Amino acid sequence: MARYASILGLIGNTPLVDVSQLSPEPGVRILAKLEGQNPGGSSKDRIALKMVELAERDGVLTRGDTILEPSSGNTGIGLALVSKLRGYGLRIVMPENVSVERRQILEIFGAQITLSPGEEGSNGAIRLAEKLVADEPHYRFLFQYGNPANTLAHYEGTGPEILADCPEIDVFVAGLGTSGTLMGAGSYLKEHKPGVKIVAVEPPAGELVQGLRNLDDGFVPPIFHEGVLDRKTIMRPRASIEWTRRLLNECGVFAGISSGAAVGGAARYIETTAMTEGTVVTLLPDGGWKYLSSGAWTDDLDVVTERATRINYW
Amino acid sequence: MAVDVKIPTVLRAQVDGLTSVAIEGATVGEVFESLVTQYPGLRSNLLGDDGGMHKFVNVFVNDDDIRYLDRLDTKLSDGDEVAILPAVAGGA
Repeated sequence: MARYASILGLIGNTPLVDVSQLSPEPGVRILAKLEGQNPGGSSKDRIALKMVELAERDGVLTRGDTILEPSSGNTGIGLALVSKLRGYGLRIVMPENVSVERRQILEIFGAQITLSPGEEGSNGAIRLAEKLVADEPHYRFLFQYGNPANTLAHYEGTGPEILADCPEIDVFVAGLGTSGTLMGAGSYLKEHKPGVKIVAVEPPAGELVQGLRNLDDGFVPPIFHEGVLDRKTIMRPRASIEWTRRLLNECGVFAGISSGAAVGGAARYIETTAMTEGTVVTLLPDGGWKYLSSGAWTDDLDVVTERATRINYW
Repeated sequence: MAVDVKIPTVLRAQVDGLTSVAIEGATVGEVFESLVTQYPGLRSNLLGDDGGMHKFVNVFVNDDDIRYLDRLDTKLSDGDEVAILPAVAGGA
């Protein structure tokens, strides 16, 4: 248990910690799955490893290839870790307005970074990545938004881990980005624990992304299936930061801003559905380290909130 | 009963540049019917050919997505906030 042949062996099997101090209802427990415990610092290590493993198995990836991927940071970092050990080059296309720490970590892992326009959000990163791959077909494109390995990593890993550690789970709450966590862990939980509710939390991205020319620029991840979800809720930047602070101040959990949103989403679900007893498991995608420069814990709440409408914190 | 409908940047040209519109209606569907009657340019942006919701539009009532409530039949109360948002890629 304490000795590993490779850092990649530490991916997954993250702990659940009780954060019921944050529950609005004394009879309802909240357990948080700390994905920041992964070696690359986020839940995205899981999908990076699984996407690479399946591409290798299918003969799509061979040592020496260069992977190109759009990412606002965490998937990029996961891929950088896996690529370094498996012998791949890596080029990440990321929105220019992500936190400086995400870029710094990618740089120290040796990834090449290409910036996309911040006002286009992740749509812009996807569009630019697709163009680069079309222009230079030697790139290997794993495309997390459409890769079944993304869902599979959570179906085989995250979901079973949650059920093993918390068989009494009633509700699972997680952030929505590619939708891989919710689709994979959500499907697994629904199949193995009838009656469990799957709840998605997302930032008001359609408001924050200003560079949309028309609705046809919209995007729904190909791996997303509406039927897995029971509810989808927006958590706004201000509330997300407030919950991120509460995680630290009341539970000692130092987690990223999307983690605050997830816990806030759990509390909101408990309140709006008038739950009086039961157990809610929520997934905290990463630790707080990469967001220190945002001032999320230190600066005036109004100032940080305004800043969060300009940076890509998801 | 009146609700406030928030219009996203990408659709504001269709509603004379307004950021929100106050509309009467007991359900989201009723509100949308009034809205597209008043601003016909919005119809193809909000509703698909089958009268259901446009694929790349998400509608939230008090921040909950109506696809997981009762879709266009989702009931509204006085003072509710209806937010129309384009579906965009999340960070990852």
